[in-house]
Amino acid sequence: MKVMVCLKQVPHQDARLDVNADGTWIQDGNIKFEINSYDTYALEEALKIKDAGEADVVVVSIGPDRVTQALRTALGMGADRAIHVKDDDADLSDTLGCAKILAAIAKEENPDIVFTGFMSDDGNFSAVAPMLAELLDLPSATGVLSVEVGDSLKCERELEGGALEVVELPKPCLAAIQTGANQVRYASLKGIMQAKKKPVDVKTMADLGVSDAGAGAVKAKIEKVYVPPKGDSAEILSGSTDEIVGQLVTKIKELGVL
Amino acid sequence: MENDLYATPEHEAFRDTVRKFTGEVLKPRAREFDAAGCPDKALFKKMGDLGLLGLRYEAEYGGSELDWSFSAVMHDELGRCDNAGVCMSISVHTEMATPSLAQFGTPELKREYLAPAIAGESISAIAVTEPDAGSDVAGVKTRAVRDGDEWVINGTKTYITNARIADWFCLLAVTDPDAGYGGYSQIIVPNNLPGVRVDLLDKIGMWGSDTGQIHFEDVRVPVANTIGDIGRGFQQQMMQFQDERLVACITGLAGSEVLWEETKRWCEERQLFGRPLAKMQNTQFKLADLWVELQAARALNDAVVKQMCAGVDATKLTTAAKVFSVRVSMKVATECMQLHGGYGYMKESMAGRAFVDSRLAAIGGGSNETMLHYLAKQLGM
Repeated sequence: MKVMVCLKQVPHQDARLDVNADGTWIQDGNIKFEINSYDTYALEEALKIKDAGEADVVVVSIGPDRVTQALRTALGMGADRAIHVKDDDADLSDTLGCAKILAAIAKEENPDIVFTGFMSDDGNFSAVAPMLAELLDLPSATGVLSVEVGDSLKCERELEGGALEVVELPKPCLAAIQTGANQVRYASLKGIMQAKKKPVDVKTMADLGVSDAGAGAVKAKIEKVYVPPKGDSAEILSGSTDEIVGQLVTKIKELGVL
Repeated sequence: MENDLYATPEHEAFRDTVRKFTGEVLKPRAREFDAAGCPDKALFKKMGDLGLLGLRYEAEYGGSELDWSFSAVMHDELGRCDNAGVCMSISVHTEMATPSLAQFGTPELKREYLAPAIAGESISAIAVTEPDAGSDVAGVKTRAVRDGDEWVINGTKTYITNARIADWFCLLAVTDPDAGYGGYSQIIVPNNLPGVRVDLLDKIGMWGSDTGQIHFEDVRVPVANTIGDIGRGFQQQMMQFQDERLVACITGLAGSEVLWEETKRWCEERQLFGRPLAKMQNTQFKLADLWVELQAARALNDAVVKQMCAGVDATKLTTAAKVFSVRVSMKVATECMQLHGGYGYMKESMAGRAFVDSRLAAIGGGSNETMLHYLAKQLGM
């Protein structure tokens, strides 16, 4: 069985984020990066399948040189090989462009299962996974909390209000994994050293035959990135819980928002 | 740590692993370890499983046979765990109590003590300092007298980190009082032997590690527990001190960098006379000045790591780095505490903790004065 895992490298959760000069993204030249947290759970699901039997796990990422670090970490955790789409133009893709690039790789790899994270820590679009499934014409599930692999992929997924749903996807299929789905393993030192011998294929959009992604194909353009201005003041309510609730209700009525 | 020394994908992936371990396992429990007065043994087992406890040691005993650049990456990340005491406890095990055993121990001794230490199944401590002998190592009085195939040990060691949680001590004892520097030996002494008694000591800082006084009364251990040749203990311990001093520099600096960042954030948010503290020139000068010193300390530490990796004698630079790093850590702690105002004096404040934690580095692993004395001799004075 082959499992493909899509990884995105995002700013480290502890990184200080400042908006760049033209207000279109953050200053990312001198900050630390890590694997998108949702994607680490997706990778763990793939590695669990590998642990349980025969599975070839290939990890895929799009991005500049620094992405090598994320892929090496994934290989150190146990993935078998990596594909790095290193192409300056590919980096400028919107979500649809990314999905097209990943779809081109999936068509070459022909995996039984594609795992992605449910969303990315930085963009928060939750768009690439369903787009990728659609481009590949694969059945898919999002918000997946656990999977059971057999002839099909049984997915337990999260609904509104804490309800759960179980869906069964015939293979090949795609599942977008939710955070907290599992206990993500560490890349052990032994695994990191073994990863030195594992292959990382570097590809461009041209190698993949993709021409309708990248900057020229962007449909959703980021107009502005900014930090909301701080309000002039904040009022701290004090007293017992009942008193605070009473004061809060009064304030809300005064503001006329109810 | 932006440096070619640590720039390979393996270094980066390893840094990710240690950072994740620090962020997920150590930081959330930082104050819990303070309250307990020590890290728990399960922590060491988890580190052993990840391969973190024997980076430079032989693969035959579970190590990874890497160089100091990987150790530097590990301690640079561990040093950011918000608990200098826990950090010290770990580094005592990895860089202070086991290097001599790894370098000079017999295969049998390494199988019995080093392999479990690398696996995180046992914890070690270094027992050198005595009530009347600290930086003056040659002044130790603990005596090991040979009786057939056994040493009979009597004496007292004090200010010993990991005293309570350690499974064994790397003890420096006098084995021949008439042989001068050739009269000391390093001996492994299990903590659970009859005649070993540990009294805990109460420190002003480093709350996440246990420190104790250890009494040895007619403690019998096999002569086979001697690390290296009998009579070579002083020289071996001097070599082991190089690792101890370097790791103290690295973890201390990492903690100082975290504190500097935290203080800058505090100053940007803290309003004083209607504007952020960070907008005042005094604050800016202080933080900028500290940043300069942090860069200098990092450059010096990296130079030592480079020498260690190259296998050249790093004694002079290690000594210099120890002196300089300590000064910088203490200055950063003092100034950052001041910038935090009243909150900086609270135990819950990172600056307040750093103020008492950083003070130890000027004493432990060779006091500042001993380091300068030692350096002066190396400089031909």
